Formats: sequence, structure tokens, C-alpha cells
Amino acid sequence: MAERMGFFTDTSVCIGCKACQVACKEWNLLPDDGFVFEANSYDNTGALGANTWRHVAFIEQSRPVPVDDSADDGVERWLMSSDVCKHCTHAACLDVCPTGALFRTEFGTVVIQEDICNGCGYCVSACPYGVIERREDDGRAWKCTMCYDRQRGGLEPACAKACPTDSIQFGPLDELRERAEERVERLHADGQAEARLYGESPDDGVGGAGAFFLLLDEPEVYGLPPDPVVTTRDLPAMWRWAGAAALSVAGAVAVAFASSRKGARR
Amino acid sequence: MAECHPVGFQWVVEAKARGAKVFHVDPRFTRTSALADRHLPIRAGSDIVLLGALINHVLANELDFREYVLAYTNAAVIVSADFRDTEDLDGLFSGFDPETGSYDPRSWAYEGMDEETPSARAPGAQTPGEHLEGGRHHAAAAGADTYGSGGAAAHPTPATDPTLSHPRCVYQILRRHFARYTPELVEQLCGISRAAFAELAEAITANSGRERTTAWVYSVGWTQHTVGAQYIRTASILQLLLGNMGRPGGGIMALRGHASIQGSTDIPTLFSLLPGYLSMPHAHRHEGLDDYLAREGGDVGFWGHRRAYLVSLLKAWWGDAATEENDFCFDHLPRLTGDHGHYTTVMGQIDGTVKGYFVAGENPAVGSSGGRAQRLGLANLDWLVVRDLTLVETATFWKDGPELETGEMRTEDIATEVFFLPAASHVEKEGTFTNTQRLLQWREKALDPPGDCRSDLWFYYHLGKLVRRRLTDDEIDRPLRELTWDYPEEGAHRDPSASAVLREINGVGPDGRALSAYTQLKPDGSTRCGCWIYCGVYADEVNQAARRRPGREQSPVAPEWGWAWPANRRILYNRASADPEGRPWSERKAYVWWDAERGRWTGQDVPDFEPNKPPDYVPPEGARAEDALAGTDPFIMQSDGKGWLYVPTGLADGPLPAHYEPHESPVGNPLYAQQANPARKVYPRPESPYNPPESPRFPYVLTTYRLTEHHTAGGMSRPLAYLAELQPELFCEVSPQLAAEVGLDNGGWATIVTSRTVIEARVLVTGRVRPLRIQGRVIHQIGLPYHWGWGGGGLVTGDVANDLLPLVLDPNVYIQESKAVTCDVRPGRRPRGQAMLDLLEVYRHG
Repeated sequence: MAERMGFFTDTSVCIGCKACQVACKEWNLLPDDGFVFEANSYDNTGALGANTWRHVAFIEQSRPVPVDDSADDGVERWLMSSDVCKHCTHAACLDVCPTGALFRTEFGTVVIQEDICNGCGYCVSACPYGVIERREDDGRAWKCTMCYDRQRGGLEPACAKACPTDSIQFGPLDELRERAEERVERLHADGQAEARLYGESPDDGVGGAGAFFLLLDEPEVYGLPPDPVVTTRDLPAMWRWAGAAALSVAGAVAVAFASSRKGARR
Repeated sequence: MAECHPVGFQWVVEAKARGAKVFHVDPRFTRTSALADRHLPIRAGSDIVLLGALINHVLANELDFREYVLAYTNAAVIVSADFRDTEDLDGLFSGFDPETGSYDPRSWAYEGMDEETPSARAPGAQTPGEHLEGGRHHAAAAGADTYGSGGAAAHPTPATDPTLSHPRCVYQILRRHFARYTPELVEQLCGISRAAFAELAEAITANSGRERTTAWVYSVGWTQHTVGAQYIRTASILQLLLGNMGRPGGGIMALRGHASIQGSTDIPTLFSLLPGYLSMPHAHRHEGLDDYLAREGGDVGFWGHRRAYLVSLLKAWWGDAATEENDFCFDHLPRLTGDHGHYTTVMGQIDGTVKGYFVAGENPAVGSSGGRAQRLGLANLDWLVVRDLTLVETATFWKDGPELETGEMRTEDIATEVFFLPAASHVEKEGTFTNTQRLLQWREKALDPPGDCRSDLWFYYHLGKLVRRRLTDDEIDRPLRELTWDYPEEGAHRDPSASAVLREINGVGPDGRALSAYTQLKPDGSTRCGCWIYCGVYADEVNQAARRRPGREQSPVAPEWGWAWPANRRILYNRASADPEGRPWSERKAYVWWDAERGRWTGQDVPDFEPNKPPDYVPPEGARAEDALAGTDPFIMQSDGKGWLYVPTGLADGPLPAHYEPHESPVGNPLYAQQANPARKVYPRPESPYNPPESPRFPYVLTTYRLTEHHTAGGMSRPLAYLAELQPELFCEVSPQLAAEVGLDNGGWATIVTSRTVIEARVLVTGRVRPLRIQGRVIHQIGLPYHWGWGGGGLVTGDVANDLLPLVLDPNVYIQESKAVTCDVRPGRRPRGQAMLDLLEVYRHG
């Protein structure tokens, strides 16, 4: 397997231009999401889904300011963040896929093979981030491939290529983690104590995300789960229990048969 | 900048990463504000107060870069005793004629302008004062545009007071003029607190001087005002006082609105200019070539060679037919008879004096101010040619325009014959873009245009060929008959070679080889050059604009990426990056300096100075052109080589910026009795009436702008699903306070009214727009992006924001005031048909 590749999305330099969203759709030939004014800051596409594999969230953090207090802004911050599939180390979607449509690539990413997916939708409910969605017209599940085709051709993913401020960085995951640590330290030194990484730790509930983030507030603010856990975390234990249970049932049955044989001998 | 120039904004992000502090001054909190260190919300239309107060702060505390100011600006120059300031005349400068609404700038001149100074006057030069007719001239023909860039003449060796204490020296005039521009006034008019102002003032002054420089970046938020040119002037004064011009990290950067708008100014689509900022000759003022050259511009500085520039241009256009005997076909040039600007042309259409109209890559029915007047003009044409990527509203107004809904127009009454010709997009043709940094970047054709789509180059070349086939031997056809029109043709559609055109623009010498610098141009007809400032882009017969050496492989100036005019200089006037003796102001800011041993200027960039002119050069008596500039005169296109803090000639509305309220403003001007720019251009016509100033019927400030997701009037973005879904509907941005006051719901509808029209928009309630306290009153601002129209092949449609705007212009460059007007807003959707006209009548007549 080649080096594990990933995304580091540094939201502190995101300008909300949505070039990532557009580049993703252009490259992957995704359908539009419809034309609906959502009156939700500058976000009119809602969330990640079958047809939106990069999504920029806009969070206006304002507080009412009396007009006379002209020393201060009404808006404190306008947070922007480009969300994407996390390409988890422990990927529940992969675990539950019954057809083998989902697989781990040589880049350590998680990809759905559209010609194998049968649309069962197990992966949809398995994803702790709510990233995967089935497309209404064909029923199959779709999500970010981290531009598997581009990577195989030696190119970086379309979103990272299009990002003008390097908010989206693509590279070997180890390097990205180092870079991200430095960036957080720099922001802390500049007085941005609220800067933190999300999804970078191999010790978290998904074993670390292949696509992780630098956030300027709590994950919930961006619509991200604060402590995601791979939904199949308990599967091995469950199998153990199931195994034990099965063994004891089998034992009981065996005992029963043995007893009956005993009885039969009688 | 992040909003409309996201790709360029990466450099601001990079500067920030290196420690730069970023302030963002904007009525709204935008995507730029999100990444800035400070956002200063400002009332639209009050920027001269803010900038003027910064100037006052610098002058009152003597924070100017004194050595720079004394050596490189006209601070010490003594101005005529006849000059009267706005402080003396309550908002007017001397020379105003209320009847024509224009200035006679004679009294603004430097002292001694009326006396002949032999040292500066070569035999045959015009008498002083003759070119000062500029005020009236440009009032008739936008000459200020050409003067401003094309070399307004001023006394090259005026009387000065290096102690800066003479009461009539520019420095003292500035001090008096800006004395009332105080932090208190900023608070009162801009809505910016004293504390926020103090932080800004401290930051820019602390970050200027020998060791540091500060840059200003603006876009149409500064230009689209009735005092737009003076906004930029105010910034220029500030930057000159702080020593931030001609130095790395300094300057005033104009972000342009399209990929090559800079290019379309250099090789202009403007009625008043010829290529290279040579002014368009005037029918009644310019009898012949000599007469034109004598009247237009000064003799000192590089404009002193304008005969070489113009003759080379005429030779490029008329080739062998252009000879010394026939004034090099100067008489073949079209002539101006007055203002032929966009809005005046529209008035001509309504009045029936303009019969035909070419519209290429524009969509005035939606994209220009006062759309109703635009469409009334279109409907009154004999013929209309529209070239665009999609069937834009300008081509379909006759069957689906808003006036059909109101009953003001009926399709069967419109006799305009419309020709729609599909155009090739930028990836379907080769050529150059010239960006805001004057950088020409060649791009290749990626694919052939589909179907009948053709490039503009193809269209005009073949149209020219068709026209020339129909020419007669009549004298009237001679200019077209003699025109050089013979480019190599390529491909199945016989596209003219774009590189051949670029080579023609570059110019050739007597041997037919490409020239390498404009200094090679000759006034005798032996050289040909289509645009003198672009001379060198094809040096050594190589397309220099196509160079793509990566930045990491060369110096930080990156001289081998593309080609910048003039002479591949990346920073203009960079002589000012060295002190008068030619030494860098500091090691940190070293850029271009004098190498005494080798006897030449050197450095990281191409020196914007004669390479061998030593810093101690003093011009001899009677010197002309660049020879008349001293070794310490960095502003080589100015006739005195100085940066102009005070503009003795060349501007239509005054030698200094003064705060005037927008034509439509909810508040009075507390500074002067003069409410708005007295020289602004108005069209008092029934098609497009004005909101009265301080009108209670129109209590809110309206400002229009663009979003990242769309391009201008939407012709290139609304048909694209991936862009249209990101901003699908016209919306207005309002503060929570205004929403509560008027009863607007987030996600609901609002109806916005001006004297021009009534439109509806979805409502986005946001704390990013905040009310400001202006002169003790709460003033609400409404933000309105203008990307929508009723059709244009768009997947998303909406009312036309620009229909709300008045037709009132800056008098220097004739740009409309679209950034600060007044309006009313009410909840709900707008009425339709006659009911809408009835509502409009109520508002118009109260």
C-alpha cells in the first residue's frame, strides 16, 4: 500500500468562495442540488450528500450591539468551513457494506464502487458523520472518493487544487498532521486560543480521520459531531458475545443431546 | 477582495501569515472582513471623510515621511494667489461656473504659470495656460480622463518653499483644507468610532516610513460615486505623504471587475482615448497633428515624446499610406464632438439620434444603471447587434422585458432589428489578459468554440473585410481603404492570428523586426507601434507574455512570468524606492538603487528611470521631455516629475478632494453648504428621475455589489448549475434592527423602491449589516447583489437590482454612482403591472 493520503482543512483561512464545491462537482460530474434560497447566511446547499461531496458551512456569530456602541461590530465572526468525507481509519461504512462496493484504496482512503453498490443503504446509517447519502434517482450510495481517479493519475483532488488560500491541503497524512500541529501552535501564539484540531488524533473514536480539520470553535458549531465513534466499534465485542452465546447454546444443546442420549441408553 | 477576487486574495492571506495587519473598510461585514484583523463598517459614500481624517492626522502630527515628501512630491510648490479653497467658498473651489456646472481650473495653477520661464519652454512649445482650458474641454469630452493619465501639463520648475511654511505652499493648503476632517467628523459621517479610527491611524502611520510600507486596495466601492476619482486622489495624497508610492509593499491597487479590464483601458474601449492613453482628437479643437500635439499634455517628462507614440500608432494603422506630408493620416482618426459616454449614448437612443448599437460581452439591459432607460433606448434603435455566450436580456428585452409586464412597451411597437451572434468564451480563443498589475498573460486556446460561436477577433476582422469589400473610391472611404487589415489567417474558420495582432501592438522598426522598448519609437514615421506602452511585449520576436517560469525558480519580483507594461516593470515609479541620493531608504525595503561604480540604476526590478541618469543630474536650460526631469524626479510621467498632492490641472472637480454627499443621500453635508459634487454629471430626464436628498420617502442607504458565486449581471454564471445553485435568488441583506423596524422576515420577501422602479428580493437578515449612528440619527443600509435578471438563459432569475439606480456620474471618468443611493423598503412581494406603476407614482410625487 502506498502512503496514506489525506486532507487537512484549515478553516482559519477559508474565505467561503466555494471553489472546492464547484471543482468537486465539475470533476465528478455531480448533479446540482436544486435552486432553493435557504436564507441561511451564504449557504444554499445545506449539507454533504449524494450530490455534494464538499460543502462549505457559513456560521455567523453575532450578538446584538446597541447602535451607540459603535466601537464594536455586530458580527464577531463569520466562520467558514469546507466539510468532506472523513475517510476514517476505522470506517463503519466499510465494515457494514455487504457487497464489497466500499473498499480501502491503496491511498488509505475509503471509496464506493458505483458499479458494485446495490443501494442497501447500510453505510448511510453506519456513518457517524452523516456523510453518505443515497441518490434518489438511482438508489445507490455516493460520497467523496478523495478523487481516487485523480490520485491514481498523480494529481491532487480537485477541491484542493482549486482552493485559492490553501485552506484545503492534500498530502501524506503524517505530514499534514505535523503541519496542522504547527499551525495550531502559531494561532495559539497569536492569541487565537480557541483554535483546535478535529479528527487528527489516531486515538479518537474513528481511529483518526483521513480528512481532518482546524476549527475555531466547538465542532457542534460547524455541524460536526463532538465525539464521533465508529458505529461498528462494538462489533468485535458483539461477535465475541455472540460467539460465547452461540457456544453456550451449542453447549446446552450438546448437553441436552448428551442427556437425551443418556436417557436413550436407558 | 475575498468576495470578488478570491484568487488574488490568497496573497493577502499570505501577507497575513507573514505578520501583515489587515483592515477592511466596508458597509457590510463580507468574506473579506471574515479574514481581516479589523472590520470598520462605514456609511456608503463617506470615504473621503475617513481618508481625509487620516491625512489630517498625518499632517497635524507631522507624521509624514518628510524627506520623501520634500524630494518627491509637490508639497513645497507655491500655488497661485488666485486660488480659493472649499474652506473659503463653502464647498466650491475657485473657478466654478454655476451655469455650466463646470470649473475653469486656471486659478488652481502653480504660482508663475502665467510667466514665461525659458528654462522649461522649448521653441515651438505652446504658451502656458493654453492646455489649462482642460476644465471646459473635458466637461464637453471627458478630457480629464486623458489628462489625468496622459500628462496634464504643469509648470516644470515652479516656485517652492522647502521650509513648507509659505501660506500658499501645497503643504499648508493641505493642512488648512483637511483641518476639519477630524475623528469626530468620521464618527459623525462615517459611523466609525474614534477608537476604531485611532487604531487605524496608528497602524498605517506606524507601518509607513523607511523600514515599512502600507498598501491600499480598492475596487468599484471607491470608483462608482459622483466623487469617485477624488476618492482615489485622497488615497494618493495619503500614500504620498507616508512615502508609500513607488516602493515595494506600497501603492494603491485597483482591483478590476473583469479579467482584462485593465487591458481594455490600455487599448481602450473608452470613447475618449486612443491606445496608450493618448487622447482622442476633438473635432473642433484639433485642426491637425501639430495642433493636437501642442494642445494635449506637457513637454516635460515622457509624455514629451507623444509625437513618437502617436505617429507610430498612425503608422501601425495606416502603414505606407501614412506619410509626413499627410500628417501620417491623422485626419483619418475619428473625432469627438462632445461626451460620447455610455449613458449619453443611451440618451441619444431615446432621443432618436443614435440609430445602431453594437453590444459585445455586455448586458446593459440588466448590467447598467437605470435599466428602464437602457431598455427604452434599445427599443428605439433601428438595429442592435449583441454578441454574447448566451441569449442575454439585452437581446430579448423586446419580448420579455419588465416594461412588457407593466404595459409600457408592446412587442409589436418595437421596430429594433436585433442580430444575436454567439461568441467564443475565453477558453475557446487565444490572446492576452492584462491584469490590474499591468501584467499581460498569454493564454492558449483549449478547445474550438462550438457551432457558430466565434472570437471577437474573428468577428471584427471579418466584419472589416466585408465592409472593405463594399468600399468605393469616394474620399469618405479612404480611411478604411488605407487601413492595414492583413493578418495571417489560421484554421478552418480563418481566425486571424492573435499573436500577429500582439506583434503589431508591440511594433516594428525600420528593418521590420519587433521593437524591444518604447524608447526606440521615432516621431519621423520610421517605426510602427499599436500601443506604445505595450512596446517590448514581443521583444526579440518572442511572445514575452507567454512566459511561465515558476516564481520559485526566480527572484520574488518574478520578472519572467508574463510581461508587465511598461518595459516589464513590476512597480511603477520605483525610483522613489531609493532616497534622493539613490540609496535604498532601508535595507529591508531595498528595491531599485543607483550603482555609482557602474554609473547606472540597478536592483530587483527594471528601474523606472533612465538607466544612466545620476541622482545629482540637474536639467540644463531648455531641456525637453525626460531630459528636463532631475535625477531626483521619480514620477517621470508628470511634467514636473513629482507626485501630486495638489492637482493644478487635469481634474474636473477640483485640485483637492472634498467630501460631498452622494447625489442621493439621507443626510446633509455638515462640512459645506454645497451638498453634492457641484461638477457631477446629471441627466434630469423623465425616464430616470432622482430621489430628492434627505427625503423621508427614501430613508435608507442602498449599496449594490457582487458575490463570489456570480459574475456581473449573471450572463456567465446564471446559466451554470454549479454556480446558480450556490446563490439561486436575488436577495437583500438587512440588519436585524431594520428587519424589526420594517417587518421583514428572514427568508421572506422585501419590496425595494426608488424613483426609478420597484423590485422584489428575498430577505437575508444578518448581523453582518449593522445600523450606524450618523449625525445623531440611526441610518440603515441595505445591501443588494446585482446578478439577476429575468432571462438570459439563466437557470435562476430575479428582478434587476440595477434598475433601481440613478443616472448620475463622476465628472472625470463618467462612471455612475451605484454604491450609495437612497431607497425605501417594505415587506412582501411587489405589485405587478399597472399596480406597480401606481406605487411608483406615489413614491415619485409623495
